[in-house]
Amino acid sequence: MTGPVRRTTRPPALVLVLAALGLAVFVVPLLGLIARVPWSRLPELLAGDVVGDALRLSLLTSIAATVISALIGVPLAWVLARMEFRGKSLVRGLVLLPLVLPPVVGGAALLFALGRRGIVGGPLNDLTGIVLPFSTGGVVLAATFVAMPFLVITVEGALRNLDARFEGAAATLGASRWRVLFRVTLPMILPSLAAGLALTWARALGEFGATITFAGNLQSRTQTLPLAVFVALENDRDTAIALSLLMVVVSLGVLIGLRDRWWRSW
Amino acid sequence: MVSPPVRGLDARLVVASGNGFTLDIDLAIRSGHTVALLGPNGAGKTTAVQALAGLRSLDAGRIELHGRVLDDPAGNVFVPAADRHIGVVFQDYILFPHLNVAENVSFGLRSAGVGASEAVAAARSWLDRLDIAELAERRPGDLSGGQAQRVALARALITEPAMLLLDEPLAALDVTTRARLRRTLADHLEAYEGPRLLITHDPTEAYLLADEIHLIEDGAITQVGTAEDIRLRPRTRYAADLAGSNLVTGTASAGVVESAGHRLRVGDTTIHGPVLATIHPRAISLHRNEPEGSPRNTWRTSVDRIEHYGDRVRIQTGPPMPLTAEVTPNAVDALGLHEQSSIWVSIKATEIDVTAG
Repeated sequence: MTGPVRRTTRPPALVLVLAALGLAVFVVPLLGLIARVPWSRLPELLAGDVVGDALRLSLLTSIAATVISALIGVPLAWVLARMEFRGKSLVRGLVLLPLVLPPVVGGAALLFALGRRGIVGGPLNDLTGIVLPFSTGGVVLAATFVAMPFLVITVEGALRNLDARFEGAAATLGASRWRVLFRVTLPMILPSLAAGLALTWARALGEFGATITFAGNLQSRTQTLPLAVFVALENDRDTAIALSLLMVVVSLGVLIGLRDRWWRSW
Repeated sequence: MVSPPVRGLDARLVVASGNGFTLDIDLAIRSGHTVALLGPNGAGKTTAVQALAGLRSLDAGRIELHGRVLDDPAGNVFVPAADRHIGVVFQDYILFPHLNVAENVSFGLRSAGVGASEAVAAARSWLDRLDIAELAERRPGDLSGGQAQRVALARALITEPAMLLLDEPLAALDVTTRARLRRTLADHLEAYEGPRLLITHDPTEAYLLADEIHLIEDGAITQVGTAEDIRLRPRTRYAADLAGSNLVTGTASAGVVESAGHRLRVGDTTIHGPVLATIHPRAISLHRNEPEGSPRNTWRTSVDRIEHYGDRVRIQTGPPMPLTAEVTPNAVDALGLHEQSSIWVSIKATEIDVTAG
């Protein structure tokens, strides 16, 4: 019986102006980028060697970082959600640190720890011959460092919200711990797990600071898309723009994939 | 020569929770019997379920089921939930929302290593038995409360558990569904051969489904007996309140409930067949002489027993229909009541609640 809600008060004009400015901060750079795209040369630019190498390397390392995050980040989230222990808030703080730490600092820290003379890197090198800095493995590690917190906090939140009685019910039905985990716990948090993985992957794909600090900028080995954009800006603007457009498209794809979870459910 | 193991549950449950609450109860249930653990919210009923199911460990005491020790802190024994083989119908049912009904029901068999097709076939036969075969492909979110309850029952029974726990199995249902499902639940309980424990805060449920009632208050058992025992000899204020309600089973027809030859006029003229009539003790008036006035049930009887509970007095009346009335000490004096005195009982028809039994 009631029609659409009618606004009885309009927000002050100043608020609208400031809001428009706020939106402009996001929109203007994108428009600027799109305005400069050399559309006719785009296929040729994207087919270039540097672009192909960077794209391949970015996909490889971001997917590897996501898989590693799933393997070790989900158990970490489980421990944070389900176990009580001293120093838990410290552990959670350490997990969240990469979210606020400048990535360059993260990269430097990785270098000191895992560099050839680092406290872990030295022995690792002596024992196995593995060298992480300035290698593709180093790119994966840097991306994991900055991206995994997204997975841990998303999954931890989902596990906390999951009613433990479902797992209890499964146990009374004779399900082993592993069966409970794979048939009840993980399927029930699947939407959050998927969202966490998507965010982790997107963050890994865009990683720059920690990567260039820890892994350097070697084409086909450590030069990911963001690094290639940075280099191309110096000497080949059109390639830089083409690469940037590629990343915008990928990022939009992730957002659209998560829209039901992040945009609408508010 | 080893004597055959005791068939049934024999348990003493002691669980201390952080906030000073301690559950400490003894529970013995023979196979084929239903015991109701009846008590108010917060009495420790759900803690008892968790301890029996193996979802939390005892702090002291012991659980033995069919001669097998499941939990014994002193003996350092704890059998985890997955190995106890105890079927549980949880409060709110806790069906797995990401699995369909058939997958929910077959979950226990799959956990025991039964192949997928065999397990689903067994699940379908159970669903058929509970008259919900057509729900096999549905998700729990699309089920009514009554349907979900039957799915939960099928899920618990399919593995032929050594014991059945029902935690408030009817609480999630609306009143009309509850009465109907109570009867089907009674049938299915009857068909299950192991010991059954019913957790409830609803006395009607306990009276109709259980062979024996254990009243639990504040973590302890305060009275054990049949519904009749508790009604006639309540030991605590809670028991008196519960049992307070006189329960009369009989057959209803056109606004009259007939019970053991005695006829009660009731307010509800629509209900027919077997019923449970509930009469609150304060709804029963006592008079020295035959009362007159609005249509009501009146009969002459005698006082069997008088019990004082602080500011209230419970009067046990004699045949033809023994009831418990509650009056004030002043009324006892005014009526000159003593045991064996002759008295008139009157109850308004509208004060008698009738539910399908």
